[in-house]
Amino acid sequence: MNSSEALRDPELCRGVLGRIEEAMHGQSLRFMEVCGTHTVALFRSGVHSLLPKSVVHLTGPGCPVCVTHESEVAAYLELAERSDVIIATFGDLMRVPGPGGASLKKAQAEGARVEVVYSPIDALEVAGKHPGDKVVFLGIGFETTAPTVAATVRVARDRGLANFFVMPFHKLVPPAIDALLSDPAMCIEGFMLPGHVSAIIGLEPYRPLAEKYGIPSVVAGFEPLDLLQAILLMAEMKRQGKPRVVNNYKRVVADEGNPKARAVLYEVYQPGDALWRGIGTIPGSGLVFSEAYKAFDAFEALNVTLKESKPLPGCRCGEVLKGIMPPSECPLFAKACTPATPVGPCMVSTEGSCAAYHKYQLDLSPGH
Amino acid sequence: MGKKLLLDQGSGGLASHRLVADVFFRHLGNTILARMDDAALIRPKGPLAVSTDSFTVDPIFFPGGDIGSLSVHGTVNDVAMLGARPLYLTCGFILEEGFDLDDLERIVASMAMAAKKAGVKVIAGDTKVVPRGAADKIFINTTGIGEVVVSPAPSGHRARPGDVVIVSGSIGDHGLTVLSQRQGLSFEAPVHSDCASLNHLTLKLVKGLPAVHVLRDPTRGGLATTVNEIALQSGVGVTLEETTILVKPVVAAGCEILGLDPLYLANEGKIICILPEKHAAKALTIMRRDPLGREARVIGRVTAENPGKVVMRTGLGGHRLMGMLEGEQLPRIC
Repeated sequence: MNSSEALRDPELCRGVLGRIEEAMHGQSLRFMEVCGTHTVALFRSGVHSLLPKSVVHLTGPGCPVCVTHESEVAAYLELAERSDVIIATFGDLMRVPGPGGASLKKAQAEGARVEVVYSPIDALEVAGKHPGDKVVFLGIGFETTAPTVAATVRVARDRGLANFFVMPFHKLVPPAIDALLSDPAMCIEGFMLPGHVSAIIGLEPYRPLAEKYGIPSVVAGFEPLDLLQAILLMAEMKRQGKPRVVNNYKRVVADEGNPKARAVLYEVYQPGDALWRGIGTIPGSGLVFSEAYKAFDAFEALNVTLKESKPLPGCRCGEVLKGIMPPSECPLFAKACTPATPVGPCMVSTEGSCAAYHKYQLDLSPGH
Repeated sequence: MGKKLLLDQGSGGLASHRLVADVFFRHLGNTILARMDDAALIRPKGPLAVSTDSFTVDPIFFPGGDIGSLSVHGTVNDVAMLGARPLYLTCGFILEEGFDLDDLERIVASMAMAAKKAGVKVIAGDTKVVPRGAADKIFINTTGIGEVVVSPAPSGHRARPGDVVIVSGSIGDHGLTVLSQRQGLSFEAPVHSDCASLNHLTLKLVKGLPAVHVLRDPTRGGLATTVNEIALQSGVGVTLEETTILVKPVVAAGCEILGLDPLYLANEGKIICILPEKHAAKALTIMRRDPLGREARVIGRVTAENPGKVVMRTGLGGHRLMGMLEGEQLPRIC
């Protein structure tokens, strides 16, 4: 058995499931994942369906598309309407609904120029091919994606590309976790920490979880055994009353993270406040361009501002993103809000919580 | 640089005639086509299965095939899924001004080869040349006509509880090949489209096993979408076993990189066969004897529970819903 087979081995997984049951010791615990890839992996592998009823695993604000604020969506849709602008974006954003049901997909059908790219570097190619146009890359994503975007901006500077810009909508995970825990409505007893984000930021930013809030947390990989071990570790720490930050994804995540990636990130960007959908402004949870790279800031260069926009009526994304309400309890879920008629981005993005529930959850009765 | 197609070659005048004679007739010619009347005359013996499909694939050449062979396989397969013997094709070409004539010839030759292998004749055709930019290089429409050889014909409405679901081989090959070519991505191992005409295999199946309830080729939307369509059409549930579904390691790895699910990627040379469990062994024997069905396997069963839904039993013994996608799969952020 090779290592990746072992991580999917049903016998090994069943063993850990049994140990989770023991560690729960009759109590009931509420855990949360804050990574869209974990959300999908928990469903796809069937782990969700196998967990004991006493483990409630909630989905947090872990999908970068879902936490993109409606004002941010409105801003890039406004740019897309300009005849001299080409929007370069990851595909996930194409169907995200903005004010009045507008989306990039619909804008494209009406003549807006939108290029779906697989990597920010591809956006530079677009800029090179269209020297007379302004190419705006939508910089959405957490600490995982942001360094690549930062590195792309550096390449753009080195190439002297004057028609490439980024809308810096990046978000940072630790300030969001902190904001969640400061909300009295929250009662999370363990965090499954994102694997890819942690590979960049390391464990240090999570220290307050254990030290300030007394909550166990585990950096987890994405295979079934990774997920189950993380849940077991959280349950055991909870039972022992010894909360720590555990790195259980050492094959990818170094405890100190990736200092080189962070160096690039913080050469191009610096922390700033950011708007989170359903949550509002979280101080220090976003990235703004540093002085030396201001020329690449689409906001400044193209004179765009974030305008106040009303949340979509009836949408309970905020409570869903905070794990206060499972998607299936939102009154719009699977009725007014479906993948065909998404009211919020959580129903659109591949890794959105509502989309994942809609796609994978067989039994949508309360409690599931 | 080869010669480029001119608007004149779609004008209906002499230039058009030369193009038809030099390219289309040379490769696709047969006695019915050669009559050059306004319509082809055929004399069917009984009920006919008819299907039409348009092909706009980008890129037009890809490992394992091209738009020409695909336009034959795709339509032949649709006719074959009714348990019919495909006999004839018609084809309409929409060509962009400036299209490379060597490429056109390659595509038509590839169609001819695919048609010969499938045993079908091209009996009517049309060519239009549109100004540069009005079409993307080449679009092909084909219509297939076949004689129905079993009654009742296999249909998506006929899946019944107690039936098993068989698939003829690996999943996602065509979709990943085309997507990776489009994006200019290459993987450690080569990926190839599985595109092939399945009519010889389906004919053996329906002749050997009239009890076949459903035959479908999981093209756009992939295995997941097609099985969902069958569950809805038949008003039954389907439970699939994840570990029995074959996805080639290179396809699985490519999908992981791109954030795609192979179960939703197009296949162009695979069959889903649904029939009563007692006939499963014979169906597998028939399929595995054919080069296109060598890796046939049972992947699930039809249930009375969860009507209209497809449930995936995961390798761990858990389950999840396997629904339909709203639109095309989009690569993910993160």
